[in-house]
Amino acid sequence: MFEALTDKLQGTFEKLARKGRLTEDDVDEGLREVRIALLEADVNYKVVKDFVSRVRERALGAEVMRSLTPAQQVVNIVNEELIALLGKPSKMDLSGQPPHAVMLVGLQGSGKTTTAAKLALHLRKQGQRPLLVAADVRRPAAVEQLEILGKQMDLAVHGEGTSVPPPEICANALRRAKEAAYSVVIMDTQGRLHVDDQLMAELEQIKTRVSPAEILLVADAMTGQDAVTVAQEFHGRVGLTGLILTKMDGDARGGAALSMRSVTGVPIKFLGVGEKTGDLEDFHPDRLASRILGMGDVLTLIERAEEVFDHEHALKMEEKLRTATFTLEDFLDQLQQVKKMGPMSQVLDMIPGLSSLAAQIPQEITDQQLVKIEAMINSMTRAERQSPRIIGGSRKRRITRGSGTTVQELNQLLSQFRQIQKMMKQMSKGRIPDVLSMFR
Amino acid sequence: MFGRGKKIEQSLTRTRRSFFGRISKLLGQDELDNEVWQELEELLIQADVGVATTIDLVQTVRDQAQSQGLEKAALVEEAVRQELLGMLGPGSTRPTYTQNGLWVILVVGVNGSGKTTSIAKLARYHQQQGRNVLLAAADTFRAAAVEQLKIWGQRLGADVVAHQPGADPAAVVYDAIQAGQARGADTLIVDTAGRLHTKYNLMQELAKIYRVIKKQIPEAPQETLLVLDATMGQNALSQARTFKEAVDVNGIFLAKLDGTAKGGIVFAIAAELGIPIRYVGTGEGLDDAAEFDVQEFVAGLFEESSHPTA
Repeated sequence: MFEALTDKLQGTFEKLARKGRLTEDDVDEGLREVRIALLEADVNYKVVKDFVSRVRERALGAEVMRSLTPAQQVVNIVNEELIALLGKPSKMDLSGQPPHAVMLVGLQGSGKTTTAAKLALHLRKQGQRPLLVAADVRRPAAVEQLEILGKQMDLAVHGEGTSVPPPEICANALRRAKEAAYSVVIMDTQGRLHVDDQLMAELEQIKTRVSPAEILLVADAMTGQDAVTVAQEFHGRVGLTGLILTKMDGDARGGAALSMRSVTGVPIKFLGVGEKTGDLEDFHPDRLASRILGMGDVLTLIERAEEVFDHEHALKMEEKLRTATFTLEDFLDQLQQVKKMGPMSQVLDMIPGLSSLAAQIPQEITDQQLVKIEAMINSMTRAERQSPRIIGGSRKRRITRGSGTTVQELNQLLSQFRQIQKMMKQMSKGRIPDVLSMFR
Repeated sequence: MFGRGKKIEQSLTRTRRSFFGRISKLLGQDELDNEVWQELEELLIQADVGVATTIDLVQTVRDQAQSQGLEKAALVEEAVRQELLGMLGPGSTRPTYTQNGLWVILVVGVNGSGKTTSIAKLARYHQQQGRNVLLAAADTFRAAAVEQLKIWGQRLGADVVAHQPGADPAAVVYDAIQAGQARGADTLIVDTAGRLHTKYNLMQELAKIYRVIKKQIPEAPQETLLVLDATMGQNALSQARTFKEAVDVNGIFLAKLDGTAKGGIVFAIAAELGIPIRYVGTGEGLDDAAEFDVQEFVAGLFEESSHPTA
């Protein structure tokens, strides 16, 4: 998520960081890179323009030019402005008398149905009683899709087939929720183009019928420049209360998030990060901004670790990651745990400094290969796990025989492990911590 | 009809008005100054053409303008048009069905790009050419994906080969080819599960489907189409690159061109990866699609359209 943008900005800031003093030209050069990076990340042209001019104005201010560390000051400003642009974190507003209606709206294919199920699951974890509503009567089998998801996760689904008008279905669902004491009613509306007047009018009707507590725009993180138009249109017609960015687990740079937030002013509430129904994350602007600026996303990683590990284990892991005392044994020990946290590429992506590596690693360490890695490490002696350096030709033959792998595969594992160790060492020696301290 | 020509023009109405229409206007009147070039750059970027592509294109045209002494913006229009045309390449060629056996079309793409709807349109298109179309429901992952394709199959009067949800998609494809050959179908369109191109395992699964097809019919799949959502930004290039690596994509189906999105990323995809754009999708109906016509596409981008807003 965002790793590509991160790489870009990191490159720029490293260049700036080498300079003691900045001239106006330096600032402009740095900002040109920032501008290109943001544009390549699909942040809307106008949003970028505003952003860069705000940063420039502040960067050329007296505080920066007189500072002993002007480059760091510029980085600071970019970071601050980015956080400001992303907006404050915001929870769902479920105050007042239940049941609360939540409308999910968006273009076709943005991920509304999957998100509806994820959101229901998320809210149930928080003690709510969600009712899903199949209000997409147009797309073939959309109702079935929601019903199947509901069945898989033991969630109640209100459907009335495809011949009842959606506003009717939603109103009926709300009535049913009152009778059966459901606390949240999540309405999966059909995908529609923001220029389709008739369907937009239908959304307005639904809104009138159910007085929703939340109207959330579900948008694909891969959306291009048009994201602003889409967000503005939906906001203009029905008045959005929040955004959900889906498919954040791809390599889209996600500039659409910045754009839509910036033009509507409504907060980003969740991020969708996978096809599994548990994969909905709260949105944390500071973390996202940190990621954009190359600091990884340790917090999310730890949070997710805590969900699957016991607390002590999580602390230990954080310690390992931070201090880089990481042996093959730890690697194995964590492998089983890490596997529970999601695909390897996603996990690595969150570790500072590894996000660029993560882009290459899916080719090398896939989840299937984790099984092989486990077998190889299991076939090593304790000494070998502690210091892989001692593994010579004869040991290699033994290990590969024991694990049913090839020497080639073992070599690959060892070289990858060395690479990771090197990264961790660099981090502990202060390259990344330096960056971290810049923002404190 | 598959609406050759007419539909594409209609669907591009918005594109043209909001973007290239402005370029035309821009280039039509003004003297060439910095501002014009900057505005051209801005307009291209806002159409999702991409920063690198835009900067290259503007620079090339700018150099030409200088070396040929073009002073009026109007003269530059042709240069921009030629550049854009050059990037798209020769464009779509109709399938020629040279083989006697089954013509297999493998349809791939990320989640929500519009694969299933596009497949229905493709099926209709082939049926209209007198082809006997069979559909393979190889999206065994997403809930109700099989049902969705079956509903389209019913509407089209086309058979659908399907397994249980969660089945091996390669096995579905294998069966579909067998069934196609046994039933004397001549066109098989394979629906696959949407997958983000960054998911290595899922891309491997796709590569397996491709291999299974090839093993049975060496010259198939004759068409491997990547369905791209026209609202996608720069990530579409990365999608196209990865899918091409995995299953040798040889055509793009540009879906959802009926919104306000410009689909400008196709220039970079065609130029950088050499994948031609074959079809455009312009709505939810079976007939809302068109063959992609390069000349028309680029020419259309420059006209101020008289069509009412679709």
